[in-house]
Amino acid sequence: MLIAQHDKTRAQIRDLVAKHGCQRNALIPILQDIRDKNGQISDFAMQTVAAQLGIEPSEVYGVVTFYSFLSEKPRGRFVIRLCRTISCDMAGKEEVARQLENDLGICFGETTRDGRFSLEWANCMGVCDQGPALLVNERLYTRVTPEKVSEILDSIQCPA
Amino acid sequence: MIQESIRNQITFSRIPPGEGLQAGLQLTPQALIDVVRDSGIRGRGGAGFPTGLKWGFAASAPGDKKYVICNADEGEPGTFKDRVILSNWADLVFEGMTLAGYAIGADEGILYLRGEYAFLREELEKCLAERRGQGLLGAAAGGKDGFAFDIHIHMGSGAYVCGEETALIEALEGRRGEARNRPPFPASSGYLGKPTVVNNVETFAWIAAILQRGAAWFKGIGTEKSRGPKLFSISGDVEKPGVYEFPMGITVAGLLQETGGNGAKAVQIGGASGQCVPADHFDRAIAYEDVATGGSIIVFGPQRSMLDVAENFLEFFEEESCGQCTPCRIGNTKLLEGVRLLKQGECSAQYLKELCQLAETMQVASKCGLGQSSPNAFLSIVKHFRKEIFSRDAAAA
Ligand SMILES: Cc1cc2nc3c(=O)[nH]c(=O)nc-3n(C[C@H](O)[C@H](O)[C@H](O)COP(=O)(O)O)c2cc1C
Ligand code: SF4
Ligand code: FES
Repeated sequence: MLIAQHDKTRAQIRDLVAKHGCQRNALIPILQDIRDKNGQISDFAMQTVAAQLGIEPSEVYGVVTFYSFLSEKPRGRFVIRLCRTISCDMAGKEEVARQLENDLGICFGETTRDGRFSLEWANCMGVCDQGPALLVNERLYTRVTPEKVSEILDSIQCPA
Repeated sequence: MIQESIRNQITFSRIPPGEGLQAGLQLTPQALIDVVRDSGIRGRGGAGFPTGLKWGFAASAPGDKKYVICNADEGEPGTFKDRVILSNWADLVFEGMTLAGYAIGADEGILYLRGEYAFLREELEKCLAERRGQGLLGAAAGGKDGFAFDIHIHMGSGAYVCGEETALIEALEGRRGEARNRPPFPASSGYLGKPTVVNNVETFAWIAAILQRGAAWFKGIGTEKSRGPKLFSISGDVEKPGVYEFPMGITVAGLLQETGGNGAKAVQIGGASGQCVPADHFDRAIAYEDVATGGSIIVFGPQRSMLDVAENFLEFFEEESCGQCTPCRIGNTKLLEGVRLLKQGECSAQYLKELCQLAETMQVASKCGLGQSSPNAFLSIVKHFRKEIFSRDAAAA
């Protein structure tokens, strides 16, 4: 099982290197693609990428841990990010946060046990005139209220 | 999901796409740079460096490989005008980048798009593909023989500091977004060590407009040191938040009048890294020579606690500091702790004084603009809202 998993990762990374190149400036696009496919960037994936690009695994780890949209830890299939910056704060993000925690049964920084949802704080997402803002993977929700939270969660679970 | 943010008439909607590019490609590269310089335009991303000067440096820097980078990292709290520009007038932005490529002799452009804006990517790729199809990009770009230029998109990964141009370049090179020492400036040694022009999304769009309408038109708007119109992102306690175009030099009061922010107690100008302007200073002008901004305006109504505001900003900086240098890494943490002490009514006047000294040290000793400007909001709030801060003290005691 583990070996099969590793083979799969290796093949995946070989394809990504073919797509983006093996120069250092291909590193982040490669990591972004791994994240999009697998959610997490595992130790094994980091080592494999490092070997392919001819750099130290610690360099790759340094990059993965620097950026908040890259993660070495497993994340849910849907990463929910709530903006906590000032304009969304003034627009009532705290109430939305409580409702998200209640409806998901997790706290910020956690992932649901079924691996579906991760809940995280984020900084200003560039829709400050329509806060509170919520990003679910790449999809942006604006003017979110506590009542709308369950609606949003339902629409994610069974997309129309 | 996102509603339209545009609130007044924006010049970009009256600029026919393509005309600025054609006008610019008729000129020699040097003459094009002269037009940009004559217009007086300064960078729309916040720092306000004269764009013509920057292009001139990159054009005269030795090297046959050069780059044009569009900074679409838009991470400053309260800013969203670049998102609106990219959603509505991407062609003008790509035109501006193409003109920059022609002016400095670059054949490659990169749009650095923040990860949060991934939902814009598909449309932008489509726009680029159309431009390639129309011969506006590629070999003989815009029909200009001997001028090859193409643009690709690089996604950011969620790091505010990567909006700083040298950190952005580090990110493009596949590294942690840690700001570089300057000099050398990107115009002489930027992406992969090559001469590189980095400009804001809005700057590029204005360049296309300037080439279409003429430098004199742009120069005729605004103030002597701050030429032209500017887009503003307005949020917080106003009736009509959104994106507005105003001439540079508009007063804070004028801006509140237009946006329905009457009765405001303070306005944060320039985002978290900008200044907090109290009501009795609302006659001040929004311009490089007075209160500068990349366009972020956050309005605070009478009910807001300025300590809450300071706390929110410092939480932001504590998290977004790249951690490379000590004044910023430790300084923001200390200021945040200080604000929390103030909130609890447990900060002595002496300690507050020491915090202000620390803040001033951060302004001069930090390596990049993040740490240099992160104490601004704290300092202006302490200065202008002393009474509020200390009455909190008394109330809590
Ligand atoms: C911490 C920090 C964040 C920045 N973020 C941005 C940004 O998101 N967008 C931007 O255009 N400029 C940003 N800048 C300014 C850039 O370093 C650079 O000055 C700008 O992109 C130059 O373009 P302009 O001259 O057209 O404004 C930031 C600067 C600092 C110090
Ligand atoms: S000032 Fe802050 S963000 Fe800039 S280099 Fe220093 S630690 Fe990094
Ligand atoms: S403050 Fe939340 S999107 Fe800008």
